[in-house]
Amino acid sequence: MKRREEYVKKRFNKEKLLQGNEAVVEGALYAGCRFFAGYPITPATEISEVMSQRLPAVDGTFIQMEDEIASMGAVIGASLAGAKSMTATSGPGFSLMQENIGYACIAEVPCVVVNVMRGGPSTGLPTSPAQGDIMQARWGTHGDHPAIALCPSTIRECYELTIKAFNFSEKYRNPVILLLDEVVAHMREKITLGDDRIDIFNRVKPTVPPEWYIPYEDTPFGIPPMANFGEGYRYHVTGLTHDVRGFPTSRPDEIDPFIRRIFRKISQNFSDLQIGESFMTEDADVSVIAYGCVARSAKRAVIDARERGIKAGLLKINTIWPFMRIQVEKVLKTSHCVIVPEMNMGQISREVKRVNKGDAKVFTINKVDSTIITPTEIFNRIREVC
Amino acid sequence: MGNRYDIRLSGSGGQGLILMGIILAEAIGIYDGKFVAQTQSYGPEARGGSSKAEVVVSDQEIDYPKALRLDLLLAMNQKSCDDYYMDLKPTGVLLVDSTFVNQIPIPRAYQIPFTRIARDRFKKEMVANIIALGAISWLTPIVSVKAIEAAVLARVPRGTENLNRNALRAGISAAKKVEKTTLLTPSNFLENEDT
Amino acid sequence: MAGVTELIHKYLRHDKKFPHVWCPGCGIGIMLGALIRAIDQCGFAKDEIVLVAGIGCTGRLPVYVDFNTLHTTHGRALTFATGVKLANPKLKVIVVMGDGDAVAIGGNHFIHAARRNIDLTAIILNNSVYGMTGGQFSPTTPYGMRTTTTMFSNVEQAFKISELAVTAGAVFVARGSVYHAKMLDGLLEKAFMKNGFSVVEVVSHCHTQYGRLNRMGTAVEMMQWQKEHAITVEKAAGMADEELADKFKIGVLIDRELPVFQDEYDKVKARAKGISIP
Repeated sequence: MKRREEYVKKRFNKEKLLQGNEAVVEGALYAGCRFFAGYPITPATEISEVMSQRLPAVDGTFIQMEDEIASMGAVIGASLAGAKSMTATSGPGFSLMQENIGYACIAEVPCVVVNVMRGGPSTGLPTSPAQGDIMQARWGTHGDHPAIALCPSTIRECYELTIKAFNFSEKYRNPVILLLDEVVAHMREKITLGDDRIDIFNRVKPTVPPEWYIPYEDTPFGIPPMANFGEGYRYHVTGLTHDVRGFPTSRPDEIDPFIRRIFRKISQNFSDLQIGESFMTEDADVSVIAYGCVARSAKRAVIDARERGIKAGLLKINTIWPFMRIQVEKVLKTSHCVIVPEMNMGQISREVKRVNKGDAKVFTINKVDSTIITPTEIFNRIREVC
Repeated sequence: MGNRYDIRLSGSGGQGLILMGIILAEAIGIYDGKFVAQTQSYGPEARGGSSKAEVVVSDQEIDYPKALRLDLLLAMNQKSCDDYYMDLKPTGVLLVDSTFVNQIPIPRAYQIPFTRIARDRFKKEMVANIIALGAISWLTPIVSVKAIEAAVLARVPRGTENLNRNALRAGISAAKKVEKTTLLTPSNFLENEDT
Repeated sequence: MAGVTELIHKYLRHDKKFPHVWCPGCGIGIMLGALIRAIDQCGFAKDEIVLVAGIGCTGRLPVYVDFNTLHTTHGRALTFATGVKLANPKLKVIVVMGDGDAVAIGGNHFIHAARRNIDLTAIILNNSVYGMTGGQFSPTTPYGMRTTTTMFSNVEQAFKISELAVTAGAVFVARGSVYHAKMLDGLLEKAFMKNGFSVVEVVSHCHTQYGRLNRMGTAVEMMQWQKEHAITVEKAAGMADEELADKFKIGVLIDRELPVFQDEYDKVKARAKGISIP
């Protein structure tokens, strides 16, 4: 505790101009990240670069692996050995990581994966922004699995959501994906670090003696305590579907409760996981639902619309997965029209339409030309639909 | 968007535009205490290709972080000047590196040969961006000379402080000179074209 | 025999429902025996051992032993092990892989772990075939052999795992076979005690798939083949290349000192903290 206090004092009493990627590093270090494995890729490379300089100074380890598959493997290994760990990548690398992200889901290994979204598919547009990985963050790895994905739109949020990503991963024993877009990752804004303190959550360890420890036992929260390797609790970790002891099983009566448990640990904690911000939606005729850099354009458009007498509002969603159904349903009920602007062909709008029970008309703005959606484009759409 | 001040620094990769953007944002944001958002766009080339950095300044939190209508455009080559001058507000200021920009599309333009000054006086083309920052601090109300100097010295590599301080001052004195020559008004701009 | 039973009781997981997945006569059991004996000889505590494995027949090995055990994704065992070791350098991390696991899907990780010289021991059981999926050819299947995906004979050349490890920079490389079980104990012990990336290739057999398709007989006959074709490194030194053409060398192929990643990274940490390093 004392060490943290000193660290806070040393680093965090000045205003700084930070890039999104740098703010992610600051957040990660504050959250206690002590292991980073990565592979260079635009536009996420700055995270690796800064980590390589900062981690060794706090007795952490940075390693540049041979590819993103290896990076994700090393991150899981380090987490099992007790280090809070993270990797950062962009589209193509995120695709390579998917297999091991699934491993982290089934073996319930806490870790944080930053994906700075760039234009795709494939190599796509390395230096341009996009928001095309929304569905990949949910369903990228095969099989039914729980998912947590957060999306910041300001530098302050890059910092805070990284801390929260670590907290969520430790608390729910699930990989947490942090979705940045190229605009947010490379943008610089002023930030005062550590001015409001976010509590740090560390994984719950077993309190029973090793011979009583059942590593994947169900609990009221659905989250079993986690022992680190080398602490005397010798247990088996596998990517095979396993029983409560961690041993591979093919018994239907063991498989079903396991899969349902790892879903339940997320679904019964929606209120804790879902972060968002409503801006003038209470009386809005037209509401915009946006995330990432587009949420910033949307806010400008909403202010402009209000100035011209149009009752517009904005729901900014920071938690992409689990989808913020309750908040979105509320906006759908109170507004006549809902606009979902996004830099893809319609990924979150699909979810909005899915939960819409005919309450509002849902319109989309889909921009895939590598440039950010401007306030004018959203404003024009607001004027069109109302 | 009344209180926004939008700046675009443009040119080609390797001219140090992104570093300029960072220094400018730091000077305005940290040393002058305003809200800033700095963004950039660049191609895959580390040298060459087109590059731009944008700084948005405001006295309240900034929503849209990219430049909209420009209050200041710095063009370090002809192409960026041609591409972006249309984005200037009617009151916006164009500042060009006259080493590379020969054709000035609008009358409200300051022409300073940043790169030639860097080459002739400092034997280092790479300080052209710092010279330009000096000029910006003198010619615009958006950043103070004091703040820009503090920001430059905090960002540049150790051992190059004197070089950069001198470059900054060279920029300021070049700016003082061009400021005396009144900006071209539309009428004398035409005259100028005739001659 | 009493000593063996005692060892089994000490190291096997009794709460795991045996029998194991391996075919009767498989070489993996012999390797597991050697592994247990070598760990016992080296005197490691069970808590400090992390046994990491990939996918395949060999990948199923850790589940039976009472260590910290990690059954990873296919080919990625070394990457997980790298993370474990770097996050807690006090742990002794041992990685067991099959030939397909280590040098096909995990080939890139294998050469890079060797190049990096991470302090791990990689044990590769080489049975020249993908056994679990039903006998498809692997990167170590010799030219001309029959497998379920080379029914008209294999047209590719085989990797030599140990020689690959030497070239990639491993500081200790040894080859043994499951026939030479006693020798294997010693090779594993040496590998475990080495600081740096150590590799032990264990030549084994798959009589169920590879042996059956190539009419090589029972497990016993295939082990007979190992006996006849293995030449110790010492003996091989005095032999001509032609004589060695269909033989494989067993023993320590290389034992050298190179900077180990963790030791070097400790210097990085010191530099980052501003402590000067001579």
